[in-house]
Amino acid sequence: MKLPRWFHQLGSPPYVYRLAERLSPWLGGLGCGLLAVGTVWGLVIAPPDYQQDEVYRIIYIHPQTAYVGMMAYVIMAVAAGVGFVWRVKLAHAAAVSAAPIGAWFTFCALCTGAIWGKPTWGTYWQWGDPRIMFEALLLFLFLGYLALRGAFDDRDKADRVTAILAVVGVVNVPIVHYSVEWWNSLHQTSTLLSEGGPAMTSDMLIPFLIMFAGFTLAFSWLLLRRLQAEIIEREGNARWIRELAVEGAP
Amino acid sequence: MSAFHAVFARDLRVAFRRWSELAHPLIFFLIVVALFPLALSPTTQQLREVGTGVLWVAALLSSLLSLDGLFRSDADDGSLEQLLLSPAPMTITVLAKVAAHALVTLLPLICLVPVTAWSYNMPSAALPTMALALLLAAPTLSVFIALGAALTVGLRRGGSIVGLLVLPLTGPLLIFGTRATDLSINGEPPTAPLLFLAALAVLAVSLGPVAIAAAVKVGLE
Amino acid sequence: MTEFLQMGGDGAYVWSAYGITLAVLIINVWLVRAKRRAALRRALELSTQTELPRKQPTVRRLQ
Repeated sequence: MKLPRWFHQLGSPPYVYRLAERLSPWLGGLGCGLLAVGTVWGLVIAPPDYQQDEVYRIIYIHPQTAYVGMMAYVIMAVAAGVGFVWRVKLAHAAAVSAAPIGAWFTFCALCTGAIWGKPTWGTYWQWGDPRIMFEALLLFLFLGYLALRGAFDDRDKADRVTAILAVVGVVNVPIVHYSVEWWNSLHQTSTLLSEGGPAMTSDMLIPFLIMFAGFTLAFSWLLLRRLQAEIIEREGNARWIRELAVEGAP
Repeated sequence: MSAFHAVFARDLRVAFRRWSELAHPLIFFLIVVALFPLALSPTTQQLREVGTGVLWVAALLSSLLSLDGLFRSDADDGSLEQLLLSPAPMTITVLAKVAAHALVTLLPLICLVPVTAWSYNMPSAALPTMALALLLAAPTLSVFIALGAALTVGLRRGGSIVGLLVLPLTGPLLIFGTRATDLSINGEPPTAPLLFLAALAVLAVSLGPVAIAAAVKVGLE
Repeated sequence: MTEFLQMGGDGAYVWSAYGITLAVLIINVWLVRAKRRAALRRALELSTQTELPRKQPTVRRLQ
C-alpha cells in the first residue's frame, strides 16, 4: 500500500521536532490569549445564573478540563495503537507525552468537580455516582499506564506493553461521556449536545466555548513541547540532537 | 476446541498438584473478613450494613493472590513460550487459562461467601443474589486479572503493580455487584445490575483474550 | 471589588477551583520545561562523552 508522503514525514523525528517548534508559539500564544479572555469574560462579564448564582462560574473550567483529559487519553490510545501496529517509535513518544498531561487535567477536573459539588449538590464526593467513578477510573488508568511504563527497563518493551493497556482502557472514555445518559446521576445531561441546540444563553455560551478552545490549545502546546523533550531523550546520540544541545545550552 | 481442552485440563492438573497453594486466597479471604469486625467493633445492624461491601472487596483482593499461577510460573519454566509457538491460536490458549483460573480460584471463593455472609448477619434471602452476582462477575474479574498478569509477565518483580492496574478496573464490577446485593436485601428485584454484570462478562470474555494474548506475546519478546 | 471576590458568598469555591486549575497549568508548564532541560543536558553529556571516549572532561567547552 503506497502511503502518503506526510505519513512518512510524521515518522521522522527531526521533521516532527521542527514542525512542533514552528507550531508551538502559535498554539501557546493563542491558547493563553483565549484562556485569558475566557476567564475574564466568565468571571466578570457573564451574568450570574438563575439557579446557581455566582458559583456556576466553575462551568468555565470544570467541563473543559474534563474534556481535555478525555481527549488526551484518546490521543494516547490512538498513538499507542499506531505505534504498536505499525512500529512507529514517534507514535509511542506521542503516547508517552500525552499521559502525564492527561492525568493532571483529569485530576483537575475531579478537584474542580468536587469543589463545585459541595455548594450545588451538598457533597464534595458521591461514591457510586457513575460519572465521578468512571472519571476517577480514567485517572487511575493514566497512573497505571505511567506506573507500568516505569517498571520496564527496556523502553521498546515498555512502549509496546503499555500500548495494550492504553488501547484496552480507551473504552472508558465513551463510558464517562454516556454515563449520565445510561444511569441516574447527580450530573446533568449534556448541555451542549442536547437536541434542539445548546441549553445555554449566548452570553454564557461564548465564554464556555472560548475556554474549551483555550484549554485545547494549551494542551496542544504542552503536548508538543513534551513530545520535543521526549524526542531529544530518545534520539540522544544523533547528530542533529547534539547540534541542538550545543546551541541550546547556556 | 481440543486445544482449549488440552490447555484447560493441563492447567487444572498443575493447579491441583499444588493444591495447598489454592488454599491461600481462601485463607486470606477469611482473615480479611475476620479483620473488619475486629477493627470496626460494629453492632449487629452495622455489620449487616457493611457486609456487602466488605465481602466483595475481600473477594476482589483475595483473587489477586493467585496471579502468579496464570502466566509467571509458565513463563519461568519456558512452557509459555511453547504455548506461543504451538499451532493453537494464543487467544484460545488464553481463554482456556482464564477459564481454569476462574474455576480454581474464584469458584471456591464464591462458595465461601454464603458462610461469611451469614456471619455478617446478612439476611439469607439475599444470599442467592450475592452468589449469582459473584458468579456473573467472575469471568470479567478473571479476564482483568489475567490482563494484569500478562502485562507484567515481562517484569522481574511485577507483583505490586498488578494490583494498581487491576483494582481500578474492578470498580464497575463492585458497583453493580453490591447494588444487586443491596437491592435484594431490601426485597427489590436485582435484575438490572445482574444483567449489566452478565453483559460485562460477555464483553470481557469475547474481547479480553485478544488483548491478553497480545500482552503475553510482547512480554516474552 | 469585595463583591467580586465574595462571589455571592461562594467565593471560596469559585476561587479555589480557578486557583487549582491555574496551578495545574503552571505546574505542567514547569514540568515540561524541566523535562526539556534535563533531556538537553543529557544529550550534551552524551555528545561530549562520545567525542572524548577516554578522558573525563573537567571543563565543558562549547563551540
